[in-house]
Formats: sequence, structure tokens, C-alpha cells
Amino acid sequence: MSTLHLDAEALYTDLLSGVRGLLPPNAALVGIWSGGAWLAERLQRDLKLPGEIGVISSALHRDDFSSKGLSSADPTKLPFEIEGRPIVLIDDVLYTGRTTRAVINELFDFGRPASVTLAVLVDRGGRELPIHPAYSAARIALPPGHKLRLARDEAGRFSFDIQEGA
Amino acid sequence: MLQKNPQLNKHGELIHLLSIEGLPRAVVHGILDTAGTFLSVNDREVKKVPLLRGKSVFNLFFENSTRTRTTFEIAAKRLSADVINLDIAKSSAAKGESLLDTIANLSAMHADMFVVRHSESGAPYLIAQHCAPHVHVVNAGDGRHAHPTQGLLDMYTIRHYKHDFTNLTVAIVGDIVHSRVARSDINALTTLGVPEIRAVGPKTLVPGDLKEMGVRVCHDMIEGIKGADVIIMLRLQNERMSGAMLPSAGEFFKNYGLTQEKLAHAKPDAIVMHPGPINRGVEIDSSVADGKQSVILPQVTFGIAVRMAVMSTIAGNTA
Repeated sequence: MSTLHLDAEALYTDLLSGVRGLLPPNAALVGIWSGGAWLAERLQRDLKLPGEIGVISSALHRDDFSSKGLSSADPTKLPFEIEGRPIVLIDDVLYTGRTTRAVINELFDFGRPASVTLAVLVDRGGRELPIHPAYSAARIALPPGHKLRLARDEAGRFSFDIQEGA
Repeated sequence: MLQKNPQLNKHGELIHLLSIEGLPRAVVHGILDTAGTFLSVNDREVKKVPLLRGKSVFNLFFENSTRTRTTFEIAAKRLSADVINLDIAKSSAAKGESLLDTIANLSAMHADMFVVRHSESGAPYLIAQHCAPHVHVVNAGDGRHAHPTQGLLDMYTIRHYKHDFTNLTVAIVGDIVHSRVARSDINALTTLGVPEIRAVGPKTLVPGDLKEMGVRVCHDMIEGIKGADVIIMLRLQNERMSGAMLPSAGEFFKNYGLTQEKLAHAKPDAIVMHPGPINRGVEIDSSVADGKQSVILPQVTFGIAVRMAVMSTIAGNTA
């Protein structure tokens, strides 16, 4: 698996057209901190959507709080009313689905959206909850110990950071 | 080899909050950052997060303090904990039960966290040493020793208005010798790198050993607040007046009460803080307490977020 090559920029182009295709009218993009927020920011620009994106953190609803403690993350910032609004959640990597579950709970602390859709750059399988993305730019398989996450350089270009587990 | 700090586990994570003294700067900043997250919970439709769901927080106030107890209660409830308030002063302690017997009994009721206010310095340490490993202890004020959550909320307030600690002059004014708030503030300000800390008050109310902590002692109010960015006024307790440490409230106000006239010697954008409850006309003039430089009420709001941060931080770490 160490030879795995993922071109994050090429996948982003696919994600852009994927999200364009599924975007309901009046939808708001909400990026999951941190990689998803970077993607949502760029999608908002490239899709020429008005206003600001939302950024959402899983920290306050994580199911591993009692074993891992509070995770550090930027706080959730939703600079718009979510009540009755179609929400498109954006994430870099979808794995067990536990983060997605936590951010859906977080979202509902702010109101009742009309719908919640999930679009991701990479779906690496390994789901532990019944969560399915409406769009994923790539599907790959990685051994459970491996860590995969999005990185962003100063110029705003994306790449993947892969750490091999024990 | 450093002496083990009983507040930290072997990974250096906070498991109890007993005192700010000896806490690494990163731990203090971590709590302040977390408090920032909790402050925005007030803007939500659902003003509650589930981090302490299913946990029981026991407020053990061996000394009365309605306000502090209430802010801890609100903080614990916003974290979804069950909160049990025990007015210990009127119950078990009055019946002669020892502190550790009380703790053993409450532990048998499946307490997960004790918030302790006690007139004896060190009581929260004793409890932390004797409770079960999964139980966390927060010091809500012990004797003259420490009031760490007040110290942290004061730091949150300063950071909110001043952003950076490393270029500040902070004056703490009033009855410093009896004040656990002053002690916690001095420890926190030192940890966060504040270059100039001043203790201002009459000789009878300012301890002599403060200089060893790097604090500048001033017995003249104007000299003490001159050019200050932050002024922390302390509450003057009524019993000090009868204890011959002070001539009278009027005399104290004349020399050390914060008026607009005296405040003009601080920086124009200086903030005025007070842990409450305030004695108008004793340590602070109404026009200052209600004035535009006063941040006394924001301190109360920040206090809830800071207490949420403390409770969720320690509850998430294991001994």
C-alpha cells in the first residue's frame, strides 16, 4: 500500500463537478474541520456561491471523548441560518463514519436543516455506521492502522498525507 | 527530578484542577482555547453539549458561595452532567462527619466529579488524593490558598480584550493578603509571561513575600495603577474592617477605592476587573463599576465557559 498514489488536485477537480451536480437550490456548504473546511472554501469560490461557508467541528459530539478526551479543533462556525436550508457536508476522507455522525449531531444543535448531504474527496471504506456519501471522488482500501488526511500548502494546493500504521 | 504534580497524569494531562501554580503554560492556554469554543454554545438553538452526559457532578460547598456554586452548576448542566448540590456546612460536617468519610459516602453514590469550596487551604488536595482514580476534583476556592477557576476566567478576560500577555502591566488592588483570587491571578499571570505584575494596597493587606514571586509591591494607589493595561480590584471583606487591619471603609475608599479620577492614571484603554460581589463605594466607585472600561459582567459570562472548559478537560483525561 505504500506505493499508493493519490493526486489530490486531480481528485478535487472531480469533487468540484460532483458537488456541482448534486447541489440543491439554496444549498449551503459546510466543511468538516480541518481538511473538509479547506475543500469547502475552494468549492465555494469555484462554484461562485454567495456568502461564506460553514465550518463544523466534531469535538463536542465525539463518541471517543471518555477514552481520548477533548480533541482540539477550531470551533464550529455557521455564519448563516441553517433552519430549513439544504446542507452539503464536505469532508476530505470518509472512513468509519463516526466523525460524520458527530457533526450531524453538532449541526442539529443549531436548528433543523431541510436536508443533509455528504460529499467527500476519498472514501476509504471501513464503515462502522450506516453512513453513505452522495459523492466521493475516489474509493480506495487502506489497512486499518494507516492514517490518511488532506494537506494544504501555502499556495492552497492540496496533497495527501499518508502515515503507515504499525 | 521534579516533584509530581497531583493535578497531572503521567502524560502531563490535567486530571484535577487544584491550583494554577505549577501548571504548564500549554495546559493553561489549552483551557482558554477550549473556553472559547464553549462561549459560542450560547449562540446555539440547543445550548447544551453532551460531553458529560451520564456523569454526576457533586458541588461540595463547605463554605457558602451562591454565585460560584451557581456558575459551576450552569457549566456542568451545559455539559449535560447531573448536578447535585450539597450544602455541607449545614449537614454532614455539622453532624461531625470527617471530610474523608463524607467523600467516601458520596463516592458510594457514584460521583464522577467533586467541585469543592472549603475554608481550609489544601482540602481539595486531600480529596484528590483519597478519591477513586476515575473521580476528578475541581478546587472552587480553598482558604487563602487558591481559586484557580477564577484565575483562569480572569486570564480569559484579559486575553479576550488584550490578546497578548507578554507586553502587559497588570495591577491587582486591595486586600491581597487574604485573597486566594490574587494568589491564583499572580500564578496565572506569571505562567503566561506577563512582564509587570503589581500588588497595590496598604501594608497590612499586602504580604511582604510577593517580591520573591516577581511582583512589584506599591502602597500608593496612583503609582500602582499608573500606565496599567489591566486593573483587578479585589473585594474587601467586611470582617477585615473590624479586625483592626483597616481604619474604616471610608478611609480605604479614599486611598485605594477606584474612582474615575484615579483610573485616569492607567492607560486610556485599561480594563477594570473584579471577581464580585462588588462593594460599591468601598473598593470601587459606581461610576467605574458601571463605566465603559469595566468588564465585570463579561467576566461572569466568561466564567461559565471557562468552568465548562475545566470540567470537560479533566473529565476527558484518565489518571
